[in-house]
Order: sequence, then C-alpha cells, then structure tokens
Amino acid sequence: MAFYFVQFLTGLASAASLFLVASGLSIIFGVTRIVNFAHGAFYMLGAYIAFTLTERLEGALGFWGGIVVAALVVAVVGVLVEMVLLRRIYHSPELFQLLATFGLTLMVQDIVVLIWGPDDLLGRRAPGFKGAVDFFGQNIPSYDLFLIVLGPVVLGILWLLFQRTRWGVLVRAATQDRDMVAALGVNQKWLFTSVFAVGVFLAALGGALQIPRDAVHHAMDLRIIVEVFVVVVIGGLGSIIGAFVAAVLVSELNAFGILIFPKISIILVFLVMAVVLIVRPWGLFGKPEAPARRTPGLTVNPWRPWTSNERLAAVGALIVAAALPLFGGNYALTVASEIAIFVIFAVSLHFLMSVGGLASFGHAAYFGLGAYGVAFLAKFAGLPMIACLLLGPLLGLAGAAVFGFFAVQLSGVYFAMLTLAFAQIVWSIAFQWVAVTGGDNGILGVWPEKWAASPSHFYWLSLGIAALAVMILRIIVFSPFGFALRATRDSPLRSEAVGINGKRIQWTAFVIAGTVAGLAGALFAYLKGSVFPDNMGISLSVDALVMVLLGGVETVFGGVVGAIVYKALNIWLVSQTELSKLVLGAFIVLIVVAFPKGIVGTLESIISRRRKSSSSHQPLLTSRIETAE
Amino acid sequence: MRNYLIGAGLAVLVAGMADAAMAQSEIKIGEINSYSLLPAFTEPYRKGWQLAVEEINAAGGINGKKLVVISKDDNGKPADAQTAANELVSSENVAMLAGTFLSNIGLAVSDFANQKKVFFLAAEPLTDAITWSKGNRYTFRLRPSNYMQAAMLVEAAAKLPAKRWATIAPNYEYGQSAVAVFKKLMSEKRPDIVWVDEQWPPQGKIDAGPVVQAVAAANPEAILNVTFGADLVKLVREGNTRGLFKDRAVVSFLTGEPEYLDPLKDETPEGWIVTGYPWYAIKTPEHEAFLKAYQAKFKDYPRLGSIVGYQTIKSAAAILAKANSTDPEKLIAATEDLSVPSPFGEITFRKIDHQSTLGAYVGKTALKDGKGVMVESSYKKGSDYLPSDAEVEKLRPKD
Repeated sequence: MAFYFVQFLTGLASAASLFLVASGLSIIFGVTRIVNFAHGAFYMLGAYIAFTLTERLEGALGFWGGIVVAALVVAVVGVLVEMVLLRRIYHSPELFQLLATFGLTLMVQDIVVLIWGPDDLLGRRAPGFKGAVDFFGQNIPSYDLFLIVLGPVVLGILWLLFQRTRWGVLVRAATQDRDMVAALGVNQKWLFTSVFAVGVFLAALGGALQIPRDAVHHAMDLRIIVEVFVVVVIGGLGSIIGAFVAAVLVSELNAFGILIFPKISIILVFLVMAVVLIVRPWGLFGKPEAPARRTPGLTVNPWRPWTSNERLAAVGALIVAAALPLFGGNYALTVASEIAIFVIFAVSLHFLMSVGGLASFGHAAYFGLGAYGVAFLAKFAGLPMIACLLLGPLLGLAGAAVFGFFAVQLSGVYFAMLTLAFAQIVWSIAFQWVAVTGGDNGILGVWPEKWAASPSHFYWLSLGIAALAVMILRIIVFSPFGFALRATRDSPLRSEAVGINGKRIQWTAFVIAGTVAGLAGALFAYLKGSVFPDNMGISLSVDALVMVLLGGVETVFGGVVGAIVYKALNIWLVSQTELSKLVLGAFIVLIVVAFPKGIVGTLESIISRRRKSSSSHQPLLTSRIETAE
Repeated sequence: MRNYLIGAGLAVLVAGMADAAMAQSEIKIGEINSYSLLPAFTEPYRKGWQLAVEEINAAGGINGKKLVVISKDDNGKPADAQTAANELVSSENVAMLAGTFLSNIGLAVSDFANQKKVFFLAAEPLTDAITWSKGNRYTFRLRPSNYMQAAMLVEAAAKLPAKRWATIAPNYEYGQSAVAVFKKLMSEKRPDIVWVDEQWPPQGKIDAGPVVQAVAAANPEAILNVTFGADLVKLVREGNTRGLFKDRAVVSFLTGEPEYLDPLKDETPEGWIVTGYPWYAIKTPEHEAFLKAYQAKFKDYPRLGSIVGYQTIKSAAAILAKANSTDPEKLIAATEDLSVPSPFGEITFRKIDHQSTLGAYVGKTALKDGKGVMVESSYKKGSDYLPSDAEVEKLRPKD
C-alpha cells in the first residue's frame, strides 16, 4: 500500500514540473493564438542559465536566487523576442508565428552548445532538499515533495492573478474574444507582451527547477515541447486548471502504467490525448471556439486558375527542370529527386491546409505509411516496382481514411493535435512492432529496379510524378469539389445552409492529401532504399508544416516553392556548415520578417498591388471579386 | 553584379582545376556522424580522427599521397546520412565511407554501401545486425558490438551471488538487443536466475522517479542498466535519493565511458560493474603515446569517442595503404584478416563477419576527489567474446 501511495506522489512530482511549463504555453496560446514552438527552447535556456548562476553563487540564497533570476532573465529574452519578432507577424496567416518560433528553436539548439559546450551538465542539488523522506520503508525525495507543493501554489497564484487583478480580467477577456477586447480600447500590444513574458517566465522556471534532478543538455527542449503541447490540449486550450488536471492525469497514468506495461511511456500521452479529443473535442476544460468573425477570403488574393501565359510558363519551368540531367551530376540529381519528392509531400499538406483550412501536425504519418507500404510489398510480397508505387500509397490512403474520419470532427488546433496523436500512434507501432517493421532499424534493401536505378531516370520519374501531383491537386482546387471545400473552410454555417456536407467534404480532402503524401513516401522509400520509423516522425511533420508556411498558406502554389527553398537550403547547409541549425533558423526568422505572408504569398500581394495601381479603371470589379471570395 | 558573377565563376573554375591537380596526390575518406545531435560523443570523436589524420600525413601520408577526410553531419537521421553518403561518393569521389554513431544510421549507410558498391567502415554503431543478420561484404565495423560488450559484462555478472535480476533499458533497438543478449548469455551460465522486472523508458525521455520506484518494488538483488547520457544522470540521481542502488549489485553498459561517467560528478554510484574507458589508468606504451599526443594537441583528456575516431581513421589508412588502390574489391580483400595497431593493442578485422577485435575495458565505478572513475579495470580482447565461427556463419547471410 505504501508503495502505491509513494508511486502516486512520484507521479504528482512529475506532474508539477510538467504543469509549470504547460501553464505558460496555455496562457500564451489562449491570448495570442501563437503556437509557441520555442516554449521548449525557453525551458532549456532557463535550465542552462540557472545552471551557470547556481554554480557561481554560494549557499541556499545563491541557489534559489539563481533559479528565480534565471527565469527572469529568460522572460526578458522572451519580451525581446515578442517585441522584435512576433509583433511584426500577428497579422500573418494563422500558424505563421509557428514558423518564427520554429526558427528560434533551431537557433537556440546550436547556441547553447556554442556557449555551454557539448557535454551533459550536472547541476547541484537544492539546498535543504537533498535527501529523502522515509514513508513506511519507501523513500520519497524531499525535492519531489517540494515540487508537489509548488505545483498547486503556482496554480493558486495564477488563479488569483487571473481572477483578482485587472490584468487577469483582460487576459481572460482576450482569451475569449480578442477582437472585442481590442474594440474596447485595450492596448493589445502590451497585453500580448506581458502575457508572453509571464508564459516564458513559467517555462524558464520549469526548466530551472529541473537542474537538481536532471542533466542540462542541448536536447531538453525537444524532449518536453511535444509533451507539453499534449498536456495543454488535453486540458483545453487557455485553461490553467485544465493544464493542471491534464498534467496530473498524464503523469499518474504513466507512473502506474509502467507497472503493467513497461513500454507504455513511449506512446501514453498521445493515446490519452486521442481518447480525450474523440470524447471531448475541446479538451477536458476547454470551450468551443467562437466562430470566426473575420471572413478569411477578404485577406486573400482571389484564387484563379492559371491564364494560358502562366500555363506556358509552368510548362517552361518543368522543361527546364527536366533538362537538369544534361548538366547536373549524380549528386545534384539525387538531391533534386529528393526535393521533387518533398514537393509532392508539401503540396499534399498545402492542399489540406490552404484549401481545406485543416492544419495537420501529423502529416508524416501518411508519408511514412506510403513508404512502409512499398517496403512491405517489395520485401515480403516481392512485387515489381511499378506495382509497389501504385499500391504502396494505398496504405497511406487507408490510414488517412481511418484517422481522417475522427480528425475532421474537430477543428483548429484540436484537429492539428489529434492528427499529431494519430501520427505518433502509427510511429510507435512502426517503432515497437520489431517482428514486422524491424523497429527503429527499419527495413533495408528497397532499391529501385534497373530501369529507374540511374539517378537521371529516378529524377525524371520523381519530377514527372511531382508535376502530375501538382496538376491534379490544382484541378481539384478549381473543381466543384474544391469550391465546396473552400466554402466549408470559409463559413461552415453558410456552406451547410446551401446543402454542403462539410464533414464528408473535409474527410475526402483528408484522404486525398493522405494518399498524395503516401505517394511521396513511396518514392522516398525507393530513393533511400530503406524505410525507418523516422519517415513518420514528428520532425518530418514539422518539416512539411514549415515548407507550407514558408511558401505561404493563402496561396495555391506556395507549397511547391516552400518545399524547394526549405529542402534545398537544408541539404546545402547541413553539408556546408557545422552550425546548420543556427544558420537555417536565422534564415527562417529573416524570411518570416521579410515575407510575412510566406514567400509566394508576399510576392503575390506585391504583384497584385502593382496590377491594381496600373489598372485602376477596374476598381469595381476587383472589389466585387473580393466580396465574393 | 554581373562582373562579380563572372569573377566568381572564374574563381570556381580555377579552384576546380586546382582541385583536379590536387586529386592526383591525395586520397579522400568520406566521414559521416551525428555531430549536431550527439555532440557529447562526436566532438571528442572528431578530435580523435583529426589527430589521426595529422599523424598519418606527418608520416608521409598513404603511400606518398596526402590523406584528406571530408566530414558531414547526418542530423541524427538515416535519410540525411544517405544524402551525405551520396554527396561524398558522387561529388567528392571519396575512396571509402567511414563513421556513424546510431545503429539505424549505420545500417542505412551500410545498405547504401552495399547497393552502390562502396567500402564502408562503421565506427560506432553497436547493433549486432550490422555484421550479422544484415551484414554485407562492403561493411566492416570497428567497435565491440552489443553482443561482445554483453558477453564481457556477463562474465563478471555471473560471479555475483544475486539471483533476482531487473533490467532498465531505453526502449529502442540498442536497449532491446542489449537486454536480450545479456539475458540469454546470463541464463546460459546461471540457470538459477529469475528476471523479476523490466523497465523500458523511452530513449531521452525517462521519467526516472516512477521507473526507480517500480524497479525497487520488484525487490531485485541486482540490476542491469542500459540507459546512458541524460537518462542515466536522471536515473542515478533518483536512484541515489531513493536508495535503489543500496545493497544491490548493478551491471551497466557503457557507463564507464568518460562521456557518460563524467557528468555524474560526485553523484557517481560506487561499485557498478561497467564497460568503459579509464584513460587515466591504462599504462600500455601504445596508449601512453596516444594520450600524450592527444593532450598535447587539444589540451583536453580523451573520451572513448576520441579512441573510436582516432582508430577509425588509423584503420582506414592502414587499409588504403595495404590495398594501394581505391577499388572497393581490393579494399575488402585488404581489410579481411588485416591486423593494425591501436591504442588498446593490436586489433584484427575478421574475415568471417567483418567485425574488428577491438575490445573494451571492464571495471567498477568509484568516486575519487568528487569525480567518477573506473577502478579494478582490465582490458577484454574482443576476440575472446565472440561466438564460435560456426554460429557466426549461421547468423550472417551468405554474400
């Protein structure tokens, strides 16, 4: 009995550390709607700075003072980031801020290694909380008891802050309805900045408090960020109490789960999230999002099919691309094949995000399923390459059909997180089912047949399929189905009123996107000759998201450009510099500032502004089109 | 702008011609490792091979040609490692590939090498598959495999009186196969042992409190640990506070390597039986020469990574010198049964499974001046801890 009680307390201690970080993320998201990918980076910075301070400063005061000062220092960094970077892009398309914070995260990972060196660092133990308390023969670390108390205390302070201060009232109001708060004359700028500062402070404090029980190292951020997102979503976005309950739920399920299934930890949080979101679409304590007041179409340049000149230009570009084998070497061709494959992958997600308005955080699942589909067919069934390429993506289709059915019941970030949960579940199956998938050692020897083996042939194959995929998706965008999908995206209520079955339309779009992603994965398996669980991992999903955002969500064509720029840059930087993450991150941040609508989005709006000023005799028509959109 | 471009173009052209001229007198090795993902191991590793390159070129290079190592980062991803391998082979025309740390990346590059018929010397990946179940004729491996390290530990562990054992290992191929081999060999030697609990925390994400508590609840007499890096730090801290290691024997993979032992500082648990690298206690002339050169060049002490990096390039140079060619078939022929000196003494690349006989040190952890060290350590030759040839032939597919 004593054991179960102590295990329960241990779970609570884990929950407390999780809650500190999660609460910060929840507050930031609730008010600013920023999916702050850099939250883990702030957590890590907090730990590193606290490590340095507590090593330098003496005694108990030095330790606790060091922790608090570290959190404050990082909060100041957070304020700077918000003022210099994020303020510029609040009016960018949804999720675009994720791109900026992703760039920051990459930079911080390299920066901490530059400053603090590559070794894992061991911080000192907390003065006064070094030992353990004996409880009926079981030892409970006294630092755990400290954390168990601290969690509810922070919860209480936050509650008082939100319920009893004017600032708290404003924050709650903004969480509920940002536009109304702005309309009432509240200075949003400073509200956002202060909220961001509080959120970052909590993240850094959470990190700093880890040093007596963890090692400080450069991968701490990735270790926590996804888990924290999951906790926030399970609790309900913007709900502090929800974050607390979710942290306790997840930690306790883990603490007791490992007693029965020792391998459960790897997937537990995602299973919990999937179940919670299917049963309660807005998390445990969340409320349905108010319908958007703004018509998204108004900010977008009206989409139209290509004119015949543009078609010619596209064909020209394709011909130029197809001529690459005339002057490129084997390496260039293989890289170009990889880029072409990622174009397919990115346009499939782009289709879902921009046309369907459904941002998937787990799109790599269908890419990976396509790749595994090919690997199974080629290795176990021994089918020829053509058959594998045609049938392999069907596994992606099947996955998308099953998961999409549940996912499209949700919207916004909840949709995104449910797709992430499904992707992680698929990933963990590939990872754990060693007998069939080979686990993380993957399936080797999936090489193309002779006719496609040479780099130029494989390149033409990839390029051809990429061109075909882009063309088909464009045709779908401008088909009646595409219009229905856009109608559902822009106004669920109105589209339903005219008789569109929104959920079914979205589900179909999800399946189309999943299948195309599966096709990309199938080609990728042949390009690399092997398949690994990596091919459906979070980082690949994030890559796809970054490509789409980089190109521009509110465009028809952004995914293509985003994929080419990001993939080419990534490969080139990794090959050329030791600090590829720092440079790539800085580059992304620069692009975010220079092209606040993504590369294609910003270019398009510049061009259309020029066109408008040169053809000012048609103002009536343009405005009519905009209204129609 | 246009002038600048023309100038740049000319510069590239000139550089290209210079390259072509240089290429006659140099031999390139393409090296790939997880520099950005695992800097704690790969930074010392890089220093190790840099030292080797310097020594080789100071001694006249390879049959008179200068040795050049072109190094690429793999981001910790198999797919990126293949991109890098492809660049090295297609664009840089390297004579051979070398390196890699993670098992899945090692396997991906080895499969690439097999497909493209390129020689590959795997430095670090521990998985048994790379030389056995998924072995191929183009791939050789330097470090003692999972199986070998398990066999070394079992030898010491079987002498312990403990009968109730629990295991803690990261939940991925390395952890799984380490536990599987250890259990198999251990149960063969000691049929009286019972395995009372196993914990599988996700790699890099251990929630140490509940894991320690769960293991303690099973009340084992001895524990096998396979976690390393930051997970190990968390496990040791929680274990120390909760008294998990008190009066219990612990056998632990890799923990004696300075990369993983040093971060534990004054919390290093005492008396663990570990594999590792006690650089301060090895008094052989080969090692002292290496140590002196390393410390003179880098003003730092070597980690195990330094040894692996150094020996990878030293072995590669010996192979290239013996083959006196960059033809992969000749390289393979030269490597099979090749013996080369190493800081740990002479090692041989076995013909039967392409595994080198580099061994490891087995000893016990101890605390000295607030730092973790390995004591009572002895070198275990790799050749003594491999299964019989007949068994190896069954494990490895025919070429």
